Amino acid sequence: MSSSALAPHRELGLTDAEYDAICDRMGREPNPLELAVFSLMWSEHCAYKHSKKLLRELPVEGPHLLMGPGENAGVVDVGDGLAVAFKVESHNHPSAVEPFQGAATGVGGILRDIFAVGARPIAVLDSLRFGELDSPRSRYLFDWAVKGIGHYGNSIGVPTVGGEVLFEASYEQNCLVNAMCVGLARHERLIRSAAAGIGNVVVLLGARTGRDGIGGASVLASAELSDEDASKRPTVQIGDPFEESKLIECCLELLERETLASLQDLGAAGLSSSSSEMASKGEVGLDLDVARVPLREADMEPFEIMISESQERMLCVVEPALLGELREVCERWDVRATEIGTVTDTRRLRVFDGDELVGDMPVEALVDDCPLYDLEPSPPSAPLYPSPPPRLAPSADLDESLLALLGTPSIASKRFVFEQYDPIVGSRTVRRPQAADAAVLSLANDGGQGAIAVSIDGNGRRTACDPYTGAVEAVLECARNLACVGAEPLGLTNCLNFGNPEKPHIAWQLTRAVEGLRDACLALDVPVVGGNVSLYNEGGGGPIYPTPIVGMVGSLPDPAGLPRIGFAEEGHAVALVGPFAPALEGSELEKLRGRLANSLPAVDLAEQASALAALREAVRAGGLATVHDISEGGLAVALAECCIEGGLGARVTGGEEVALFGESPGGVVIAGPREAVEAVPGARVIGEVGGVALEIDGALAIPVAQLRGVYEGAIPAAFA
Amino acid sequence: MRFGVVRFPGSCDEVDALLACRRFGEAELLWHKDRDLAGVDAVVVPGGFSYGDYLRAGAIARFSPLMESVIEFAREGGPVLGICNGFQVLCEAGLLPGALLTNRSLRFVCRQVDIVVENPDTPFTRACAQDEVLSVPVKHTTGRYYAPGVPEEQVVLRYAPGHNPNGAQDDIAGVCNAAGNVLGLMPHPEHAVDPLTGSADGGRLFESLAMAPVA
Repeated sequence: MSSSALAPHRELGLTDAEYDAICDRMGREPNPLELAVFSLMWSEHCAYKHSKKLLRELPVEGPHLLMGPGENAGVVDVGDGLAVAFKVESHNHPSAVEPFQGAATGVGGILRDIFAVGARPIAVLDSLRFGELDSPRSRYLFDWAVKGIGHYGNSIGVPTVGGEVLFEASYEQNCLVNAMCVGLARHERLIRSAAAGIGNVVVLLGARTGRDGIGGASVLASAELSDEDASKRPTVQIGDPFEESKLIECCLELLERETLASLQDLGAAGLSSSSSEMASKGEVGLDLDVARVPLREADMEPFEIMISESQERMLCVVEPALLGELREVCERWDVRATEIGTVTDTRRLRVFDGDELVGDMPVEALVDDCPLYDLEPSPPSAPLYPSPPPRLAPSADLDESLLALLGTPSIASKRFVFEQYDPIVGSRTVRRPQAADAAVLSLANDGGQGAIAVSIDGNGRRTACDPYTGAVEAVLECARNLACVGAEPLGLTNCLNFGNPEKPHIAWQLTRAVEGLRDACLALDVPVVGGNVSLYNEGGGGPIYPTPIVGMVGSLPDPAGLPRIGFAEEGHAVALVGPFAPALEGSELEKLRGRLANSLPAVDLAEQASALAALREAVRAGGLATVHDISEGGLAVALAECCIEGGLGARVTGGEEVALFGESPGGVVIAGPREAVEAVPGARVIGEVGGVALEIDGALAIPVAQLRGVYEGAIPAAFA
Repeated sequence: MRFGVVRFPGSCDEVDALLACRRFGEAELLWHKDRDLAGVDAVVVPGGFSYGDYLRAGAIARFSPLMESVIEFAREGGPVLGICNGFQVLCEAGLLPGALLTNRSLRFVCRQVDIVVENPDTPFTRACAQDEVLSVPVKHTTGRYYAPGVPEEQVVLRYAPGHNPNGAQDDIAGVCNAAGNVLGLMPHPEHAVDPLTGSADGGRLFESLAMAPVA
């Protein structure tokens, strides 16, 4: 019965063994609606069937943790009775198919995860990956994904405060759009998603349900992309930020009045996953009547209603006595509220179409019983990725190398991007994009004493060179960005963007990267509060670079007088701090020369952890005017960025090519009054701020105006 | 001085405006479905995307019950400040001349710009000196002001040379009505009231209103 090539379960992405397991749990064959629900709940996207075992290795305990993995978002304590919720999620495949709506609904989806725990979204960050900008397809995806993020974020009044964009040929077909949202709540306003109270009413809030996004979780998120992607466009959801704006305010007011027993967003797999996950966590059952669900199209089948991924919808549970209050609040905000079901003690998800029972599934089978697979990792014996095409002559001198690096889109200014976002709404933003290495948000208007800092980082090319060290470096870079503004990390969220895990080499990348994340988190004592896995990121050209993306939230005591990236004053001393051991392997310069290494130098995690703590204390001491992490492009690029942002030159000693352009975790440029700089433990003074050019050892001298022209001009030029 | 800040569904900067007003006086939110202005002395129509702005920026908000009262308040001489989407709403309501078109770049733009006080003789700028330069952010897609023949004395704020972010006619950043009691501007003074978050220059407008004799 389950062997026909045209068997419906195969078309829905289930294996024969999985289908047999479903029949076993059901005690019979599922009907088409049940099969559709199972196929989504047992998809990679919902069930993490290839990554769950691996993710159990990550540390999830920490002193500041309030809510960890398993809830809609992780939550940490930031003091003064305030809690910060945050999470990063991917919307890669929808964005590769339709970048504007794909990216927009990526933002919309992660916002709902945050207010589903009762937190007001206060910041969005994005980590984006595209093919090289000389490709028309990559320019199209990049341009429209940025427009989509701006469209949603700007319209909804949540600032986009930071992010990163890197360009590598491996993302040509399969771009990455990872969105992170940070929310703020008072502790007592946090809410969990477990459905509670037999006899309570299940209410669907928000937009009508349409055919958009039907099967998105299985069709798009859990299989490789192919040439027929245009035909998948109907599976990409359409976003309506205005509806979500009302929904946020409505839900937050309902929580403020303590009207709700539980709250859950509708994301991938729509009503199917939100209802079964609520029931699973609450150890209850739910009866739903799809005939009550407000529809955008009149003739939708019950199964379509159950799996639609229409946006801007939330599911809540409310006591019958509080229904009147709920209706009143929803009416005030013009938010649709429809009673669609009740909480039962059956532990079953029962779906009715009016009086007719059209689906009856054990909740546990849907949520917990999906088979988990062991990966079969095997390191590749030959390079997995082609070398990048050379773009810089081997004979290039130091000046030419620095200018080429500043003009490479991955390093060049992202002003083109961040000027299309609103980073200031909410009146919390102390450091905007390109002003400091992490965004800084004051909590003063929220009753807090200090501020939080947020950053999102990852480097797929370096992770391709060495999956373990690349993942370690992503954690270190994120923590270093926080330390550059004096913030101590409280928690970490991650999005693991990889190729097909059923392939042994991809399984190896994934396994090694998770080990790297684990070791780095343990060394820094930062818990993983939640995250997301995006697998099967492969286009016609093979797998993407393995790309673990790390987002962190940290706290700092006082946001006044924080250092910036730019040099501030003539005569300030410039120094290097941290365990900086530059090497060309995996560097941007190596990429420009057409080389891709197959290893990275090992990292001493204990040394890195103590250097981060020392940097944080040095920044908090208050004397430094300039602090900037050395990352892509090495020391020379970091110094150039300090010059460009400050509009001031500098004269420094730097050394030869490896010292100037080599990359390594741990190095930071600082500047300030000489006594403040010299007071920083381990600071090696290399020169001083002054003049109108960056001069290194007399071997390299470029006017700041020229540096700026190249740095600011590179990305706009690609669209000229 | 009691400020009232309008809240439409889809407003984004109403809380920012409320916080800015509270630095210079009392302030409260006014709900779009109400008609009662609660006796406020000045009305701020804030930025955002009122009712989603899917038809045309400000086109729906102008018909809300509250806006009917705001229009009446303005016609009686009450001070009304429209910021960004609020400027668009006031143009749609016919309280201000001209219209706001899509930026010349066809993109949303957010950046800090310098604006010059061209007319310090309004309830919104009386704390400022003639030609005073204010550093204030802009953030909009539909901010290119267009008003052929707008009288020079109604041009209250102009982008400093090289700072026009949207292609606005004659670098106009803010314009008032003939009576001088209604001002619309694209830059966001409410996002420039604290040096910690970038600049305090925008506070000059709220300070001016707080100085104004109560209408």
